[in-house]
Amino acid sequence: MAKSKESKKVGAVMVVGGGVAGMQASLDLADAGYYVHLVDKSPAIGGIMAQLDKTFPTNDCAMCIISPKLVEVGRHLNINMITNTEVEGLEGEAGNFTAKLINHPRYIDLEKCTACGECSRACPATAVNEFNERLDLREATYMTYPQAMPRGFVIDRSICVGCGLCEKVCLAEAINYDDKPRQTEMEVGAVILAPGNGVFDPSRFETYNYMDLPNVVTSLEFERILSASGPYQGHLMRPYDREEPQKIAWLQCVGSRDINHCDNSYCSAVCCMYAIKEAVIAKEHAHGELDTAIFFMDMRTYGKDFELYYNRAKEEGVRFIRSRIHSIEPEGECDLLLSYVDDQGELQSEVFEMVVLSVGFEVGEEIIELSKRLGIELNQHNFALTDTSTPVTTSRPGVYVCGTLQGPKDIPQSVMEASGAAAASSALLNEVRWTETKIKELPEQRDISEEEPRVGVFVCNCGINIGGIVDVPAVREYARTLPNVVHVEDNLFTCSQDTQVSMAEVIKEKSINRMVVAACTPHTHEDLFRETLLEVGLNKYLFEMANIRNQDSWVHMSDPEKATAKAKDLVRMSVARAALLEPLEERMIEIKQRGLVIGGGVAGLNAVLNLAQQGFEVVLVEKEKELGGLARHLHRTIDGLDVQKYMNNLIEEVQTNEHIQVLTEALVVGFSGAKGNFTTEVLVGPGMYERKIDHGVTIIATGAVEHKPNEYLYSEDDRVMTQLDLGNFLHENSKEAAKWQRVVMIQCVGSRNEDNPNCSRVCCQGAVKHALELKELNPDMEVIILYRDMRMYGLLEDYYQEARSKGILFFRYSADQPPQASRNGDGLQVTFTDQVLNRPVQMSADALVLGSATMAADTEELASLLKLPRNRDGFFLEAHAKLRPVECSSEAIYLCGTAHAPKLMSESIAQALAAASKAGSFLAAEELRVGGAVAVVDPERCAACLVCVMSCPYGVPRINEDNVSEINPALCQGCGVCVSECPGNTIHLGHCEDDQISANLHALLEGVI
Amino acid sequence: MQETYEPKILAFLCNWCAYAGADLAGVSRFQYPPTIRIIRTMCSGRVDPVYVVEGLKNGYDGIFVFG
Repeated sequence: MAKSKESKKVGAVMVVGGGVAGMQASLDLADAGYYVHLVDKSPAIGGIMAQLDKTFPTNDCAMCIISPKLVEVGRHLNINMITNTEVEGLEGEAGNFTAKLINHPRYIDLEKCTACGECSRACPATAVNEFNERLDLREATYMTYPQAMPRGFVIDRSICVGCGLCEKVCLAEAINYDDKPRQTEMEVGAVILAPGNGVFDPSRFETYNYMDLPNVVTSLEFERILSASGPYQGHLMRPYDREEPQKIAWLQCVGSRDINHCDNSYCSAVCCMYAIKEAVIAKEHAHGELDTAIFFMDMRTYGKDFELYYNRAKEEGVRFIRSRIHSIEPEGECDLLLSYVDDQGELQSEVFEMVVLSVGFEVGEEIIELSKRLGIELNQHNFALTDTSTPVTTSRPGVYVCGTLQGPKDIPQSVMEASGAAAASSALLNEVRWTETKIKELPEQRDISEEEPRVGVFVCNCGINIGGIVDVPAVREYARTLPNVVHVEDNLFTCSQDTQVSMAEVIKEKSINRMVVAACTPHTHEDLFRETLLEVGLNKYLFEMANIRNQDSWVHMSDPEKATAKAKDLVRMSVARAALLEPLEERMIEIKQRGLVIGGGVAGLNAVLNLAQQGFEVVLVEKEKELGGLARHLHRTIDGLDVQKYMNNLIEEVQTNEHIQVLTEALVVGFSGAKGNFTTEVLVGPGMYERKIDHGVTIIATGAVEHKPNEYLYSEDDRVMTQLDLGNFLHENSKEAAKWQRVVMIQCVGSRNEDNPNCSRVCCQGAVKHALELKELNPDMEVIILYRDMRMYGLLEDYYQEARSKGILFFRYSADQPPQASRNGDGLQVTFTDQVLNRPVQMSADALVLGSATMAADTEELASLLKLPRNRDGFFLEAHAKLRPVECSSEAIYLCGTAHAPKLMSESIAQALAAASKAGSFLAAEELRVGGAVAVVDPERCAACLVCVMSCPYGVPRINEDNVSEINPALCQGCGVCVSECPGNTIHLGHCEDDQISANLHALLEGVI
Repeated sequence: MQETYEPKILAFLCNWCAYAGADLAGVSRFQYPPTIRIIRTMCSGRVDPVYVVEGLKNGYDGIFVFG
């Protein structure tokens, strides 16, 4: 605490916006030792991701993967969720801001609300449901969505009639009609902006008739239609007649890449992928054959493994039609007529039963106003202004940005930037880490080893949610008859704060040593009751919950008698199991306070520097003699950054930082240990002397390489070069280049083919960058780009437009008719088939430049040493493609830069900061909690049969020096697969022992349904 | 067989997926027969075949293992 007095900085951060980016930034910072105020203007966090049905490219259910994050944010001791609140102003400077907030009234006290939903059932007033994109109605008293966090209702007073019914039915007395707006202030050291973005409103386009034709929906409406919790319960239906459509069309670039109808010239970066996903998922939902067609200009599937997804969709019969649809005409009662010009220039028309408009992102007025109030500059498209080298830093020091306010992007990129923004904040506030955070002081745990089981049973009425169906007093009295039970009671709300207090008292008074709560579900409430146990000095594992609401009263509403019988069974099972529960020991082990970064390119350097700025010791291992990686061969980024100047400064900063040790010509030859305590062996320098490095976290930043083509006369003719070669040539020999009359560039060389199916993401912008440079050198030069799809995603579209306006020529070729290069005497010739004229065109060229693929560096040995999986292209695999884009499957090993997938320099830097954020959060804890509900081998009885080694899905068990199986408690995930598989029954899983499960089972079998 | 015959079902549900799904069924108020009993396990892989046999032996008509 002394630190805080010396520094004027404040160890708290305000995160504005509780979408997936804001949540990630909050979690990273709260884990790293900063107190987080998470401010959201809506009544619940979750943002746009909560509205999505599935997510590409894994087709995971969006809600299934976001809801654990919602819960984590909601429960975190050091995250203060402030919903229904807007930021009015921000004064002060980096390290010490005063934020002014306006808290809008909720009219329901979150402290008291148990989210039982009785108020909403009683509410007679309805309004359109914005969460379901206005496709259905909700009550005036509502919860935004079933999994909403904070878990509580809100009253929409704009439609509330003030009837007082909700107040009458709310047994928790949470309703407060007199709630008023409040103005509050708080001190924070840094601010992260993650307010997200709106989507384009197509009612502005008359030609799409969106307002008049009910079967024309936006892509976000379609997400809700597909969603199981959406307006149609996941049944594929069209709004007009609720019939299942047989034919659906998607129109791409609605409100993006368009300066005729709107000012959004940029590409929205996500619509191609989500349209493919929606088409694929719609086919899965359909009962019969569903015909899906996507009308597009360029198919921009540029992300990691996205091209595979695109190819799969084609195989599954999704039709892709390259054409921009001008207008939608009504056909018959409710069908829709699309007219378009096909590849051959023929006019076509086709009738669809439903049309989805793939709407893009648009920065709304509200966000523009917010940016003004906070004093941050926006770019010409109203996204936050940032630099390539500092992608999460706004124009105002101490204010960082992530997610779609920074630019159009998908979820993984938003998550990376969120962690990146957290890393930048952490570097700023490092000296006041842990000064504002809360710590829970707990009493010492009581030893119960000599005590007989004394079970207390608490049966919850949950208002009338349980008590209205299940005969709670009967269940309570039944519980009294069960063995080992010394106390029973029923509560109106067992989870309420006052019940926790009385519960603690009764536990002490009656020496209860096992607790059973029959109530909602352990998923939402187990931690709360375990906390209560910890507060009275009992081990948290001495708790068991009977699910008599979510899995009983709510699902058997028409049969109270059988629901009551089931509740009794569930309580009997829980009591039997509870009697056998044992306290489990958790112990703390130290985390080695050092990071290791493998790879000294632009990603590795940024990661190492940020970790050092966060105050941690870091070792950087680079296999080459010099630092810099592939960036040493780059000279300028498309937005004009002088790469060499930037790299020189960066390298100098790294080399002079006292926390950083740089090892060049260093090869990793050994790797052992587990999260928090790794040991890496390295051979260093020409002398290959051996070094052992102990470290707590590892960051992989091994980069990528440019594919060396073996087609198009490459390496046979000096005039044929890759884009990387051209960059060097322009740097060293620009006068020579200025003399060229015609330059031809060919895209997708070594990518999007059978050997390497994925897109290399960066080559399109590389070609445009150099084409513009050549035009600058000699405006008369003819520059021709032969492409398959111009993937100038996001704000890169601006440069594509500039290139066309400057007369750079773009010709599309198809994969089955690639261009040909040949020599004609001294001349170099290129032949390609023009798609519009549909005939071959031949031309001479002074230079032929190949947009060559970005390939994974050779990391086979490293991957096997670190036991890290890679994808089929050799890029390291992240733990989850969507929400854990910088974490490897092994804990405390992180990933960044092109080792993960091809990406731009700014994206590598954002990901490097993200990896440093994760690493910093892990190290900041200083200690690691291990043990608890994990598997333990009895070495005396282990036969080293290897069954556990082979069956563990996480690869944790190993045969140790004593020739028996050993399971590292720091790594065990507690699934218990090994326990079930072990033929000798020598593995135990805490809290899930055979006898405990059997007790559950046998108690159940005693009963009669 | 009685006309009102309803099979008794015992379900072992993985904590992380199927159990959460059963909770969501409740939130969504999906109604299903009250003759099903659920046992939560941390992973469907934790379900020992012995449990299944015991369930069947003791009068259950069907066993689910969802995960």
